[in-house]
Amino acid sequence: MHVTALLLSRLQFAFTISFHIIFPSFTIGVAAWLTFLEVLYQATGRPTYRTVFEFWLKIFAVAFGIGVVTGIVMAFQFGTNWSVLARLSGPIQGPLISYETFTAFFLEASFFGILLFGRTRVPPWFYLLSTAMVALGTTLSAYWIIVNNSWMQVPTGYVVSHGTYFPVDWPQILFNPVARVRFPHMLFASYLTGTFCVAATGAWYVLRRQFNAESRVMLHMGLYLAAVLIPVQLFFGHLVGDYVHDRQPVKFAAIEGRWHDEQPASEVLIALPNPAAETNRYEIKVPVLGSVIGSLSLNSKEIGLTDFPRADRPPVIIPFLAFRLMVGCGIVMLLIAWVGTYLSRKQRLEQNRPLMWLTFLSFPLPFIAILTGWFTAEVGRQPWTIYGVLRTEDAVTPILTTSAAIISLVTYCFVYTLIGTFGALFIYRLLRKGPGGPLTVPPIAAFPRRPLALANEPILEK
Amino acid sequence: MIDFWVSVLALSILLYVLLDGFDLGVGILYGLARENRYRRAMMSAIAPVWDGNETWLIVTGVVLWGAFPVVYATLFSAFYLPLLFMLAGLILRGVSFEFRDKARHLPWVWDFGFGGGSFVAAFMQGTMVGALVQGLPLVNGNYAGGPFSWLSPFSVLCGGGLCLGYALLGACWLVRKSDGDIQSTAFRLIPALSLSSLAVLAVVFLLALTENLRVLDRWIERPYLLAFPLIGIVAGIALASSVKQRREKAPFILVAVTFAAAFGTFVLSFLPYMIPFSITINEAAAPQSTLAFMFWGEGLFVLPLMLLYTVISYRVFRGKTGTSPAYL
Repeated sequence: MHVTALLLSRLQFAFTISFHIIFPSFTIGVAAWLTFLEVLYQATGRPTYRTVFEFWLKIFAVAFGIGVVTGIVMAFQFGTNWSVLARLSGPIQGPLISYETFTAFFLEASFFGILLFGRTRVPPWFYLLSTAMVALGTTLSAYWIIVNNSWMQVPTGYVVSHGTYFPVDWPQILFNPVARVRFPHMLFASYLTGTFCVAATGAWYVLRRQFNAESRVMLHMGLYLAAVLIPVQLFFGHLVGDYVHDRQPVKFAAIEGRWHDEQPASEVLIALPNPAAETNRYEIKVPVLGSVIGSLSLNSKEIGLTDFPRADRPPVIIPFLAFRLMVGCGIVMLLIAWVGTYLSRKQRLEQNRPLMWLTFLSFPLPFIAILTGWFTAEVGRQPWTIYGVLRTEDAVTPILTTSAAIISLVTYCFVYTLIGTFGALFIYRLLRKGPGGPLTVPPIAAFPRRPLALANEPILEK
Repeated sequence: MIDFWVSVLALSILLYVLLDGFDLGVGILYGLARENRYRRAMMSAIAPVWDGNETWLIVTGVVLWGAFPVVYATLFSAFYLPLLFMLAGLILRGVSFEFRDKARHLPWVWDFGFGGGSFVAAFMQGTMVGALVQGLPLVNGNYAGGPFSWLSPFSVLCGGGLCLGYALLGACWLVRKSDGDIQSTAFRLIPALSLSSLAVLAVVFLLALTENLRVLDRWIERPYLLAFPLIGIVAGIALASSVKQRREKAPFILVAVTFAAAFGTFVLSFLPYMIPFSITINEAAAPQSTLAFMFWGEGLFVLPLMLLYTVISYRVFRGKTGTSPAYL
């Protein structure tokens, strides 16, 4: 493959956005979990809920801080690397991204400070409200991002005039039917991330025989919530698949690994697609199931990749494999959550060491599922940046040189690795230390703009 | 509607320059300070506010994209490398700030990251302003230069000038926030920093006039513009006397006024151009439906709230915060 500024820009965007998405999806989930805990605490008065709340609040603060820092680059990258896109779709995407920024700020300005440092200074109902508003704020941020991305998947509510895209119907852009199914899909993915991280932490403490009461709350509740959430998530995943089937048939064919039209269509379970030969190797497939999944019918005709010119097809291997990885993670999580819930009802959960290990080691799964899900959506949209409207090769900054793009890619890799390493170390230390100890005392310079100050622990101390 | 968003943009740039200016300036001075005791006090002086200050950079970026997409696309792609270095500097100093006292090892790495990151960010900002004044190579509204077209003796001079200016703001902030020998050191720095940054400003201004006669024309057309440099000069004189009297609060305000005057001079010299002498405000503005959509939510509600919040956060942390190592 020839190294061009285009390829490097794509790698850079993929790297920075993949790194970034880990933190918002985690914080959306943890914010919802905190709200849930606060409701339980206020309803029952059980101190364990409060201890667990304070513990996760610290981790939330660190992850939120890293999410903000890694997000800054995103606001600049559209202009630096994708200037044609930024210019043409600026009237639509610019306001959506700016609303996201303003929403995030609104949340911080109003309620984040109270959540971090206001426990003893406001009445309990107001503290609960602040927690819920922070959760709502992170959710709204996600909404703007999904609306923006959905417009790139299925552009709507605009006209082309003087070479730029003019918004004419904002309600249609904001309540794009595609966004309406993708938003819950992302939201539930974030909630699952939260629940699995919580359950895995609980399982870790059980294995280490630490923090008995708190680990029980985390383990059991995390698994219960996941057991309920995963089926809902699968349902929304199916709806997202429906939109891809109807609106982006070539992406659908790539995900399915279907090269030729079939009636009724079979479903390829696993294979290694070979784009040059337009076939699959090592293919295992189930007859008719493809029609059932695609159109809920036993003999529908399903479209294959060869219906489209090669220049309009996405690179098949990435969406094909990423999709299967995502679904695989989902199924493993479903099994863990259901078996865990069953054992919990039988009062035998903690005794089952293999399941504890499995639960503990499962914490990367929701992250892998989110990343591979986005790979499917974004790589599957290629060769378009705005589907059917603007090709990726035409969206890149025309004057960008390969050497400048290499410099920026290397710089971002270095900076993000630094942030990631220290963020991970920091969170690891918080997890190791565990819940409990004195309740949070805000340090003198602690402030919502500096959430890391809340978790005022040394991270590299020996 | 266009006027509204131009004003918002100008306000957020000015707020950014003033607010992040002083904490970048403290960062630059931090890099030069020798004693650990000084460094801790300097960090405490900006600890509660530095991160909030950077909010205005993000606001500038996203408002520019939404309301003036042509300028966003042209400038950001033209300034590919300086923006990259600026962002890397800002992130590096942020990370160093947070981790310096949490990681007990290698304090010099974090010190270097904090001082160096601040310097690089400030220098790059000044360089970009310089390149903008000098004029970007544009063909049909598209940037037609190379990755290093922004780099010239003039833009480097501007970069150095802004570092001096930010350091001056930072010294005034330290005078306000600290006491004892840190404060007197900061007092001692003010005359040298203000004279040198004024000298650079004057040279830059003269060079801009001689290189670019269109700016001179504008000044002859609009003599009332001279009010801005005059305000700056008056503020400069007042600064000298306030430093002599060892007043703690006045210097920062006076330097801020000088900055605002210089910013006003700069903006009015080029109005109505957003990118000097090629793209005007009206050419760059997004369609009415975009501007209205932004106005009814973020413009009318969130922006006033952000301003209010900024005022409140500075009131909460008023007084001396950079005295003892209370925070660290």
